[in-house]
Amino acid sequence: MSKRKPYIRKLETNWWLKTGFYTRYMLREGSCIFITLYSLILTWGIFNLSQGESSFNMWLDTLQNPFFIILHLIVLIFALYHSITWFALAPKAIALWVKGTRIEDSVIIATHYAAFAIVTVLCLLIITL
Amino acid sequence: MNKKTIVIDILRYRPEMDEKPFTQSFEVPYIEDTSILEALQYIKDHLDSTISFRWSCRMAICGSCGLMIDNIPKLGCKAFLRDYYPNKISLEPLANFPIERDLVVVMDDFMQKLESVKPYLIPGDNACMSSGEYQQTPLQMEKYKQFSMCINCGLCYAACPQYGLDNNFIGPAALALLARYDRDSRDAGSAQRMKILNQEEGVWGCTFVGYCSTVCPKKVDPAAAIQLLKVESSKDYLIGLFKPD
Ligand code: SF4
Ligand code: FES
Repeated sequence: MSKRKPYIRKLETNWWLKTGFYTRYMLREGSCIFITLYSLILTWGIFNLSQGESSFNMWLDTLQNPFFIILHLIVLIFALYHSITWFALAPKAIALWVKGTRIEDSVIIATHYAAFAIVTVLCLLIITL
Repeated sequence: MNKKTIVIDILRYRPEMDEKPFTQSFEVPYIEDTSILEALQYIKDHLDSTISFRWSCRMAICGSCGLMIDNIPKLGCKAFLRDYYPNKISLEPLANFPIERDLVVVMDDFMQKLESVKPYLIPGDNACMSSGEYQQTPLQMEKYKQFSMCINCGLCYAACPQYGLDNNFIGPAALALLARYDRDSRDAGSAQRMKILNQEEGVWGCTFVGYCSTVCPKKVDPAAAIQLLKVESSKDYLIGLFKPD
């Protein structure tokens, strides 16, 4: 008779706290909650805009509240964290070959940052002009 | 004489007598160039002959000696006591696999996954013997070479929480192997393999944790293979929308 009795270990619910790598991954995934929150705030603003000027100004006033300022800072930190970690991973999904050599990871990452900078400047121009 | 020692905690499990695994500590002589695998051999030869672990080549090529060292999947022959001294070292069998005995895990599921991706060259319809051998340029080879370096050690499965949560996920090494054949200029099996990778358990089971690539001892970068396959799978989906057949 076989004495085999394979023992199966269950993945514990706190598995993502056991290694820094997993924790950073979960933070990256978790950042979507804050980014969703931010898009809801923006949608709320657009809704107010459709209700006329006074309603839009009220929305702007509400955002001056320390609670919203802190919330925005938190969202900004998560959005930056998401972008930086995501850009760092981007070369894994892009295999570009030019004249028989694969484009360096650093070039792909730099291109992402350049695009990020250009879009940011364009957005700022649209908002401020 | 060198009297330095280091303590190694080993997670033990003897199926014929234990209900569940337990930890046993051993003290072994510390020598700078002793590998974890050699330390295990010292324990088996001098301290406790009942301890079980796997190994063969002692040079990071057979892929047999994978285990969790301080909770990180590594090859026992490629990690050294000096990397941990003077701290205690903890050894456990590879995570996410059932324990067969002590540091030996059951790898059947992993092997089946590797087989399931059709890991062989599939000739095209027009291929015939009279056209002679396949020819391949160094550049064509470069496109898949990295993904062909896998030694089937299973470290990436131990690093993958998606596999740990649901072992229906086909997993990193098998998908890297699929990419290896898909990217080979001599192969014409992409359409057959597309069915495998399009599934939920295929590439889409991956949430891009990326730890598989960090722990891989052969720099195969399975996470990159999977992301590239996701691009292929998406293209296939889009083309299918316009050209269903
Ligand atoms: S991809 Fe790397 S970690 Fe995974 S089985 Fe192959 S060699 Fe081991
Ligand atoms: S003994 Fe062969 S890889 Fe370690």
